Amino acid sequence: MLLLCLIFVMLGLILGFAAQYLKVQGDPIAEQIDALLPQTQCGQCQFPGCKPYAQAIAQGEADINQCPPGGEQTINALASLLGMESKPLNTEFGTIKTPAIAFIIEQDCIGCVKCIPPCPVDAILGAAKQMHTVITSECTGCELCIAPCPVNCIIMLPRENKPSEWQWPAAHD
Amino acid sequence: MTKLAHFHGGLAITADKCTSPIIDSSLPGELIYPLLQRSNNYALPIVKLGERVLKGQMIASANSLFSAPIHAASSGTVKAIEPRIIAHPSNLADDCIIIETDGLDAALSAIPCFDYQQKTPENLRTKIHQAGIVGLGGAAFPTATKLSTEQDIHTLIINAAECEPYISCDASLIRQKAEGIIQGALILQYILQAKHCIIAVEENMPEANQALLQAINTHSIQLISVPAIYPTGGEKQLIQVLTGTKIPAKCLPTEHGFICQNVGTAYAVYQAIIQGLALTERIITVTGKGIKQPQNIRTRIGTPIKHLIAQSGGYNKKVQRLIMGGSMMGIALSSDEIAVTKATNCILAMTSDQQENKPAEMPCIRCGDCSAVCPVELLPQQLYWYGRSGQLGQCQDYQLFSCIECGCCDVVCPSHIPLVQQFRVTKGEIITKEKQAVQSNLAKTRFQNQQQRRAREEQEQLAKAEKRKAIIEKMKAASLAKKKSL
Repeated sequence: MLLLCLIFVMLGLILGFAAQYLKVQGDPIAEQIDALLPQTQCGQCQFPGCKPYAQAIAQGEADINQCPPGGEQTINALASLLGMESKPLNTEFGTIKTPAIAFIIEQDCIGCVKCIPPCPVDAILGAAKQMHTVITSECTGCELCIAPCPVNCIIMLPRENKPSEWQWPAAHD
Repeated sequence: MTKLAHFHGGLAITADKCTSPIIDSSLPGELIYPLLQRSNNYALPIVKLGERVLKGQMIASANSLFSAPIHAASSGTVKAIEPRIIAHPSNLADDCIIIETDGLDAALSAIPCFDYQQKTPENLRTKIHQAGIVGLGGAAFPTATKLSTEQDIHTLIINAAECEPYISCDASLIRQKAEGIIQGALILQYILQAKHCIIAVEENMPEANQALLQAINTHSIQLISVPAIYPTGGEKQLIQVLTGTKIPAKCLPTEHGFICQNVGTAYAVYQAIIQGLALTERIITVTGKGIKQPQNIRTRIGTPIKHLIAQSGGYNKKVQRLIMGGSMMGIALSSDEIAVTKATNCILAMTSDQQENKPAEMPCIRCGDCSAVCPVELLPQQLYWYGRSGQLGQCQDYQLFSCIECGCCDVVCPSHIPLVQQFRVTKGEIITKEKQAVQSNLAKTRFQNQQQRRAREEQEQLAKAEKRKAIIEKMKAASLAKKKSL
C-alpha cells in the first residue's frame, strides 16, 4: 500500500515537472493553420494579418471560409486539417480574383509616402518627394496600398506571363 | 565484341528516317535569337539597336552557369530586341534579338588552333564556353558547365543513338563529317582526361557506322552499335546498355564516372577548338508527310521555320500539326514564324492521316502495360491516378520527377490515355505549389520583421518621451528651487 502511494507521488511529481518544463510554446494548432494560409497579410478576413486569423480559427472565433486570396484550395486544406466539412467562400469578406501585384504609375506619383506604412511586407520603395516603386518580387497583392494613395496612381496588374514561369495547364475535362 | 546490357522496357519503333545528304540552307532575311535559355536562365544582350554585327560575333553573353553566349549566324544589323513567340511548349512570346541580314554573310576572322594538346583543359573549356556550345541532342545544357565536373571521369560516351523516329540529323552529320566528330571526341577526352571513349551508334545506321570506323583509324576509340530500341538515346539508358551500370534516379552520370555528349556537340567542339568557329549553325531534319521534300539542312541558328519549309518544297496539302523535335518527345508549335534554336534537331510536319484520328480516351483497365515499357521503371498507372486526384505527395513518393517523358506508356496504353500529358501537368502543379510556399514564407518573415521593427520603434519613442519628461521635470524642479532660494 505504502509502495503504491509512493509510486503515485513519484508519478505525480514527474508529470508536474513535465508540465512545467516541456510546455509547448505557442499554440500548435494556430501554427498549423497559419502554415496553410497564403500569407498575403491583406486583412480581408477582418483580422490584422494571417496569424491573428489563424489564432481566431484555432479558438473557434472565426470560420474557415473568410480568406479570399486563399480561395477554395485554402478552405479545403483547412477543412481537412480541422476535420470539418468544406464550404464555399463567404463573399462578405471578398471575392476570388486572379492573383495580381501592385504597380505604381510613376509619372503620377507625388512622393507622399502614404502608401508605404500600409504595406505589410515593406514592398514599396520610396521617400518623401521622391518617386515610389513596388518591388514586384515581394508584393503579395494585398491591395492595402490602393486606398491611401491620394492621386490614385497605384493599380493592380496580373503577373507577367513569361515562358520561364509557365507550367502545363490541366486538360479540360 | 562486348556484350551489351538492356534497360527496362522501351519500344522498337519503326523508324521513318530520311537519308538524303545534307544541304545548306539559304540566307533568311531575319534571324531571331530568344534570350531565354534552359528553364529560367536568360542570356544578356551585349549589342545595341542598329549596331552592325558580323557572322560569329557574340550578341548576348551568359550570366549564369546554365546559359551560354549567343552568336550572330550571319552579318547584318540589330533590328530590334522585342518579344516574339519562341520555341517553347507555352507558345508564349519572350524577348528576342532580331538581326536583319545584309546578304554579305561577312564573318569575323576565325583563329584556328591545331595543337590543342599544348593548351590546358581549363583553357579549352573557356573556349568552348565562349563559342556558345550547348548539348545539341535537344536538352541544350551548356557543354562547358557539363565538362567542368569535379568528379573523375573514366568514360566519355559520344551519343549517336538517335532513337526517335523521323530524326536523322546525327546520322547525316556522321556520314559527312566523321573525321571532325572523331577529332571533337578526342578533344573532349583530353579535356576530361578520360581513359575510355565510346561512340554509340544505332544498328540501323550502317553507313554512319562505316564512316566512323574509317575515321577512327588508329585512335583508341571504341565504336559500339546498339539495338534500335527507343529510348536508347537517353543518357542513363545508353550508359546501361553500353556498360551495364545503372545510374540511380537522383544521381548524375558524372557521379559514376560517365559523361555523355551528343555527336553534334562533339563536332561543334571540333569546330570551336580547331577551326575557331562559334556555334552558329547545326543540322536540322525537316521531315514528315506534310513536307514535300524531307531533307537534312545545315541551318543557321535563328532561322525562322517557314524559311526551312520553303526550302524543302513547302507543305503538302493535308498538313495539320507542326512539331519541333521528334514525334515522341517534340513540342507542338503554334506558328512557323518561330525560329530554330540550338536545341532544335528536327522540324516535323504531320498530316491529318499521319496523326490519325486518335481513338477517344477510355478508362484505365489496370493492365500494367505502361509499367512494362517504362525505361525508368516507374508505375505510370499509379502516377496517373495520384496525379488526377491531386495527391501530389504520393506522386513525389512514386518518383514522378524521374519520368523522362519519353512517351512509351502513351504508345502502349490500350485505353489511349494521355499519360505523359498528365505527368507534365502534375509536375507543374508540384512546382507551382513549391514556388507558392517559398513566396508565402518570404511574405511571412517580412511581415514578422516589420511588426518587430514597429514594436521596437514604438518602445524607443516611448523611452525618448520619458527621458524628455524627466529632463523637463528636472528643469522645473531646478527653477522652483531657484525661486524659493530667491
